[in-house]
Order: sequence, then C-alpha cells, then structure tokens
Amino acid sequence: MVRLMVDAPAAGSDESAVDAFLQGGQSLRHAPGPYFGSYGGRWMPESLIAALDELESTFENAKADPEFIAQIADLNKSYSGRPSLLTEAKRFAEHAGGVRVFLKREDLNHTGSHKINNVLGQALLAKRMGKTRIIAETGAGQHGVASATAAALLGLECVVYMGAEDCRRQALNVARMELLGATVIPVTNGSQTLKDAINEALRDWVANVDHTHYLLGTAAGAHPFPAMVRYFHEVIGEEARAQILAQTGQLPDAVCACIGGGSNAIGIFHGFLDDPSVKIYGFEAGGDGVETGRHAATITLGKPGVLHGARSYLMQDDDGQTIESHSISAGLDYPGVGPEHSYLADIGRVSYEPITDSEAMEAFRLLCRTEGIIPAIESAHALAGAIKVGQRLAAEDTEGKAAEKIVLVNLSGRGDKDVATAADWFNLLDKDSPEAEIAKEGEQL
Amino acid sequence: MSTVPNTEDLATSKSAAAIDRAKEQGRAALIGYLPAGFPSVEDTIAAGIALAENGADLIEIGIPYSDPVMDGQVIQAATTEALANGFHVRQVFDVVAGITSKTDAAVLVMTYWNPVARMGVDEFSRRLAEAGGAGLITPDLIPDEAAEWMAASDKYGLDRVFLVAPSSSPERMRRTVEASRGFVYAVSIMGVTGARASVSTAAEDVVAAAHAAGAERVCVGLGVSTAEHVREIAAYADGVIVGTALVAAIRDGGVDAVASLTKDLSTGLTREEA
Repeated sequence: MVRLMVDAPAAGSDESAVDAFLQGGQSLRHAPGPYFGSYGGRWMPESLIAALDELESTFENAKADPEFIAQIADLNKSYSGRPSLLTEAKRFAEHAGGVRVFLKREDLNHTGSHKINNVLGQALLAKRMGKTRIIAETGAGQHGVASATAAALLGLECVVYMGAEDCRRQALNVARMELLGATVIPVTNGSQTLKDAINEALRDWVANVDHTHYLLGTAAGAHPFPAMVRYFHEVIGEEARAQILAQTGQLPDAVCACIGGGSNAIGIFHGFLDDPSVKIYGFEAGGDGVETGRHAATITLGKPGVLHGARSYLMQDDDGQTIESHSISAGLDYPGVGPEHSYLADIGRVSYEPITDSEAMEAFRLLCRTEGIIPAIESAHALAGAIKVGQRLAAEDTEGKAAEKIVLVNLSGRGDKDVATAADWFNLLDKDSPEAEIAKEGEQL
Repeated sequence: MSTVPNTEDLATSKSAAAIDRAKEQGRAALIGYLPAGFPSVEDTIAAGIALAENGADLIEIGIPYSDPVMDGQVIQAATTEALANGFHVRQVFDVVAGITSKTDAAVLVMTYWNPVARMGVDEFSRRLAEAGGAGLITPDLIPDEAAEWMAASDKYGLDRVFLVAPSSSPERMRRTVEASRGFVYAVSIMGVTGARASVSTAAEDVVAAAHAAGAERVCVGLGVSTAEHVREIAAYADGVIVGTALVAAIRDGGVDAVASLTKDLSTGLTREEA
C-alpha cells in the first residue's frame, strides 16, 4: 500500500468541488462502505444478514492479518502472474490524438482477466470462514471460470449459476468450468440472463448459507461486497500508479476503464482517486446506441434504485421493474452498477460515458492491428473511450504539448474468448463454415 | 390529507386487530398470500374475497417484481406471468380496495422494495392507506434501511411487517421486533418460498425468540401448505401464513379452489390445548 511520493502537477481538474474535497484532506480511495453517499447499504432479506455480518468481520480481520496479506501477495505473484505489465501502445496512440497511451495488462493474468484478483481473495475468505462450498453467477462465463479456478486451487466445491440462454451461447465456457470441476446450473427463470443468475445464486445462498460462500463477481451487491471486491482489485491501481511514475516520471492526465458492474474500473481508479490532476473516465456499454433503448449505460441513463442488495443507479421502468440490458460485450451486459461508481458520478470525480458496440469493435480491431494485442470486447470499450479522451486532450492543447499527455487504459481482459463474435462482426467467416454457425449463436471461442 | 389518521388511530393496527379477533376465538390467525394480477386483477380481487369468506383473517397481496430473490418456482412463475400480462404496480391499490370494500379482512401488501422506492415511499403509502390497506410486508427491506418507510408508515397509520429468520442474532431480533408494527413475520426455514413436506422445527425457536424479544404477535410463513402444517404452527404462533399452496390453487382451479383450500386450511387453526 506504499505510495510513491511525487510532486503532483498543479490541479488542472475542472471539478473544483472535488478539488476542494481532496485538498481538504479527505480521501476517496478507501471508502469503507456500507454507504457511498446515498448509495450502497444492505437491501437484503433478513435471512442473509448474519452471513453478511460474518463475511464483513472475517474480511476486516483478514485485512489486518499479515498472514492473509502474505497469502494474497504470494498467490498474486506465483499463481496469477502479478504484477501485470504496463505497456506503452505507441502505434495505437497515433489514433488517439497523438498523446501517449499506456495499457495496464490485466489480460496477462492467469485466466485472462482481472477477475482472478477477486476470486482468489474471496475464496481464501471462504476457507477462513470454514465454508466448503462456493457459488457464483456468471454471464458469458468469465467470472464462472475464474471462480471454478479458485475453487480447484483451494479445494472448494463450486456451483455456478448461468442463464440458460448464456449456457447455450457459451458452451465452451461451460465446458471450461466443468473441466475445472465446477457444476454449472442453467437458470431458466426471469429473463434467463446474468441478473437472473444472481437471483438464483442468492436463493441458493439463503438455503445453504451455513456452509456456502456466495462469491459475487463484481463490485456491487450488499455490503461488504462493493468495498471488499474493490479491495481485492486495488492492486491494479497501486501497481499502475507506481509503474507509470517509474516509466514516465509523472502521473497520467487521464485514466480509462470499462464499466459493467465496475470491478476492474474501481480497482484502477482506486490508485488515482486522490490525485486531483488525474481525470478519470468510466465507459459504459452503449449497445446499439443509448437513443435506441438497447444498451447497458446504467449511470448515463438509469435512475437510482435497489437491486441485488445495494442502492445504486439502475436501468428500471416507471414501475421499478428492472429493464434488460443489451451489449455486444457479455461482461458489461448488466442493468445495475456498483454503488461506489454511482457516488463517484454524482460528486463529479469520475465521468461516465457510453461507448456503442460499433465504437468498441473499431477500437478492438485497431488494437489488434497496431499493437498485436487482442483485447476483450469489454476492454475495447475502454480503448474506444481512450481514443476520444486522447483526441480531446490534443484538441485542448494550446502549447504543442499533446505528445506529453498520458492516457492510462485498464486492459481488463484478453479477447481470445471473443474471437468468434469479432469474426462474425467483421465478416471474416465463410458463411457456410461451422464457425459462422457458432458465431451466429454468440459463442465466444 | 384526509387519510392521515389522528394520533389515536396510530395506536390501532389493522393487522393486530385481526390477529387479536382470532385470538379471542381461541385460535391462531390465518394469513393467505396471492400475487396481484395473477391470472388477472379481477381474479385476484375475487380470490381475495374468497379467502376472507372462507376463514382467512389477513390477506397478503404480492406485487409482481422482476427480481424476486425470496421466491421459489411457483410464485416466480405466477408473478412473471402477471408481468407478462401487463400488470402495473398502481393496480395493487385496486386489488386492495376491491377486497377491503367487500370484507373485514386486514389486507397487507407484500413487496420487494424497489417498486415502492420508484413510486416514492410517501406516495405509495398514501395510496395504500386510501385503498384501505393495513400495511406492508417487506422481504428485502431490513429496519436498518427503513428510515423513509418508518416515517411514512407512522404518517399514514400503516403496519410495517419485517421478517425475522432462524439466523437472526438476538440483537437483530430485538431491533426488528421493535421496528415492527402489526406483527412480526417469522421465516420458518433458511430458504425461499415454496411448499415443503414438513415445517422446519426451526420455526418454533424463531417464534419463541421473537416473543422473548417483546413481539406480541408472531406469524410463521414459508413452506406451510396443509391443514396439518397449520395445526402444528397454530400451537405456538399467533398466525400462520400460506402462500405457494394458494398460488398453485388459483393457478390450477381458480377462485373455487382457493375457497376450498382456505376452508380446509382453517380447520387447523384451533389450538387443541386452548
């Protein structure tokens, strides 16, 4: 948790209220929950409150236990492959207004995304609580695969709930989880998507809470989940901050991440929330375009409400019924968002903007061709945002110093899982090939 | 606001009065659950009246919700169908008014919190009181998050029925009992709604703990589906809550099936020792 001391550039943020807040000595980095402003809390059945209390106290004790800290550090280093690299993307940057672009390479972690940070932490907590079984929800399968991985490593039983429609579209990820020893249960009720998988996992948890830990995959849900999931991902921001200072001698001008529930984003934001000179951007899934109604831009267009245990921005109708979200990226296809993001949006510390499927896929292709890195489609939303931010920084520059500006992007995952979707998007497949058939079904190989 | 009760009325709870009337007759109260708009709003009203006419003392009307985490398959299927048929939250007030205008039963609304929050807690409470409703049962609202609801329920004289569970600590039990008005809803089992072969033995302990924490009226729900279950629970609780079995009845046999099941369930209410 040691932060390098540097002379931060004079505050250049437009957000004077946030500047005043930060300069008043208040920190945004370690918000403990349960509330983030008026967001967060515990909107949960009483039956689960005892389990949430147990989890909270186990987590608080673990954070103060050097042995636990050492366990996490060791797994991060020798199992996940941390620290992840910080790579300058010079050819990509030419398309982003000529600023410097750096990629935080969470795609290089074991299992291919940031998800491993959280599952290892929570699985260790499950063991500390004496629980023998973990359950998880998954949309496309990334968090399910990561959970199955942690369960295999630590000898826990693992059950993953996945929408029946997603199971069909993601048959290979179902197979991955089963190879790792997990049981995958297709969820056939409600809209048969990620939110229904979370509902079903919660129903399982109520009935089996004695020996089961619910390993929630994102920085949402009831307290202590948002603060706890952030804690396990803080390593992203801490590494990135130290790396960018070591490699460039300065803080970035902007930090960009994609937002579904918001776990990779809160992890990297954490490193920079208290640096007033650093502008922070969260890019939501704009789907077909926010004007079409087919999107997952929860903060951009949602209204505060309660879902899955927390008060936060929410895609809902006038009756308070949850609206189904849409995105080409399964990992961003969620109608809610973590409560800390809602708070950071309201106070103006982080700007949240939508990126359409088309914009994300253009950035996806650009990174492939300029850097030789195939990003997850989720992360491609952050890349598309970074292009816009870089161009804005260049346009605002009156001193010819655009080339000195720095944009840091969290490359939260690798795109191997998305190859079929991308091949279909770019018409790379022979129409009659079996791969084209699979891609039509949405399979992400 | 004409519906704002005076201070004297605040002391009277419609749910408590209904439970106390049953108690005076030497029996536990029967509480029946139906989801609003399943299969139609008219059917829910007719079935609610049938419940009251065949032995139910209190009626719970559920608001269909997109993400019902405390409900099992039968109720999920019913509420999903109601939503698919175009049910709107405001129609719950028509259901409540339709039943209270024809019966003496206390009618509560059972709802997940977001539909109430979306309408506005005060607005929702005012309309519920105007419809003659007794109060709210809130499966995903704990007293810790209920400041707005505490204020609105006081303002409009509504009962606030919070849940207690086998996992509730003594401290939480005390605070929840203190925050409740009308009765306390004891969850019989660690699980979701749905008929079960037998009622968990945990239920009696939860009821005893709630009584010990100061609750005057404790009713038991979850997994109660037969007259035999009712008889078992009536021996130690102030009321017995039946949901899934009634939903299956209206699904399979309409209002007549609700009437005959209610009549059958009510045979279990009399306390043998009492």
